[in-house]
Amino acid sequence: MSTMSGVVAVNTFREAVRDRVLYNLVFFALLMIGAAILVGQISIGIDRLVIVNLGLSAISIFGLVMAIFIGVGLVYKEMEKRTLYSLLAKPIRRWEFLVGKYAGLVLTLAINTAFMTIGLAAALFYVGRPFVRSDASILVAVYFILLALALVTAIALFFSCFSSPMLSTLFTLGIYVAGIFAGDIRNFGALTKNPMMKGVTSAIYYLVPNFHNFNSIAAAAHGEPIPFALIWQNTLYALLYIVLLLVASSAVFSQRNLK
Amino acid sequence: MSSHSPAIDIQGLTKDYPVGFWRKRMRRSLDNLSLQVQEGEIFGFLGPNGAGKTTTLKLLMGLIFPTRGTASILGRPIDDVAMHREIGYLPEQPYFYDYLTARELLDYYARFSRYSTADRRTRVARVLERVGLTASADVQLRKYSKGMLQRAGIAQAIIHDPRVIFLDEPMSGLDPIGRREVRDIILDLKMQGRTVFFSTHILSDAEMLCDRVAVLHLGKLRGVGAPSTIVSMDEQGMEILFEPGEGRSLSASLAQRATPVGGRYRLDVREAELYSALDQLRDCNARILSVAPLRPTLEDYFMRLVERQPEQPTAPVEASTR
Repeated sequence: MSTMSGVVAVNTFREAVRDRVLYNLVFFALLMIGAAILVGQISIGIDRLVIVNLGLSAISIFGLVMAIFIGVGLVYKEMEKRTLYSLLAKPIRRWEFLVGKYAGLVLTLAINTAFMTIGLAAALFYVGRPFVRSDASILVAVYFILLALALVTAIALFFSCFSSPMLSTLFTLGIYVAGIFAGDIRNFGALTKNPMMKGVTSAIYYLVPNFHNFNSIAAAAHGEPIPFALIWQNTLYALLYIVLLLVASSAVFSQRNLK
Repeated sequence: MSSHSPAIDIQGLTKDYPVGFWRKRMRRSLDNLSLQVQEGEIFGFLGPNGAGKTTTLKLLMGLIFPTRGTASILGRPIDDVAMHREIGYLPEQPYFYDYLTARELLDYYARFSRYSTADRRTRVARVLERVGLTASADVQLRKYSKGMLQRAGIAQAIIHDPRVIFLDEPMSGLDPIGRREVRDIILDLKMQGRTVFFSTHILSDAEMLCDRVAVLHLGKLRGVGAPSTIVSMDEQGMEILFEPGEGRSLSASLAQRATPVGGRYRLDVREAELYSALDQLRDCNARILSVAPLRPTLEDYFMRLVERQPEQPTAPVEASTR
């Protein structure tokens, strides 16, 4: 990442902080406190399962809402409010600006996720469960959630370069949902006899990122170890998609007339 | 760059925008603009709304792309991002990150010029002082008035000591004191040897400040030169001030053309018509108070230009590649 992108990234993070985006942490904290108190009273032996499931799902949903709703406005808002005009008159290339905006939001998501993970750990500690080695799978699950969020942000940024926030939200959400059910879509294609439907389902399966691969919440909740190979595989898979999306975003945005 | 090459060189710059639902028709916003601005000049870019002034500035800043033509600033093509270290730009009706204070905004923009922290701090304080925002430097921009935002905009355009400064309607939204301060800043920049290219439709500002002006109307360049040269390009005339003769009324043609001014009349005539007009006034027993050559202002020139060429419906042009 260039120095110019770094300057934009820090400002994007500052914008998120000043726009009180991190206030969602308060809701997460309340959710965790409530869950810890409730689980402590009603569950016998499954407190870890419930809290980890609830905590990781909340981290994923809170992050997803942030990634989509802020991501789709990353570029659009700058064009709409014309803050981009004075910025692009400075010695910064358009792709540097895009990468900076992207990195700024991913930094915000990472810090948000880190705080929520600490909240989850605190809830687990509250229910009186000592930390054990297998809890490392929780951290891996959090890492996978972050990779998925970074990928969703890249998709939102791509649409933000040429589409309105409402359409970008629909497109991004659509791709995310299709990505979660990518396996099912392929299975549906295998069952159907319609060749056109087969083609469409295969195209969706290969084009849309498979978000199901990033979901290891169940494994983490049950304390099952997550294979090291899956960590590498998911990291490279996400990076490849992110780079492709950033290159495509830059190509679109570099040609765009800013009216 | 040699000392004689222009600071801004525009050659045949043309911009078409797609219009209509299918975006197949094109509307020409700027038509074959060619002009040069020399280093150290204050250059005014004049024209009514929709003349193509902002389009030209956006093309020069690389915010939009030309359909045809080229331009260079300080001898370097406009798509050379490194050249942007040497230029400053104030957009029309600027809007900045309103969650930042003016000090933070200027520090943010200064970072793109890679100044050290100490250097940035000094520059920011100096520029805030220059635009009169020191007292409100630590107030968030969302609480700024339009005039204060305009000053913040000028500050960000000059924070890095650029050699060429582009200002799009810099006086817009400012009160008379603010306008005067901006005029002083522009003159200061000239004293420092900077080139200032500013668009405006406030003609008195252009007459007061500019070494040269260009007049743009409906996307076409209508004239370029010193303000005095520009106005002399148009037809000169004579102004006759008179009082009607006692008991005599003006002839119908004179009454139609003369403008009443507090019990007197003013009649503007072409130089060739002067003696015939005087004869007519003498026939009416009118008392001639003065005959003086008309000194047309830039505003007169401008108004006549606009009246002569009223806005025409969008003319379709050849589809462009962009």
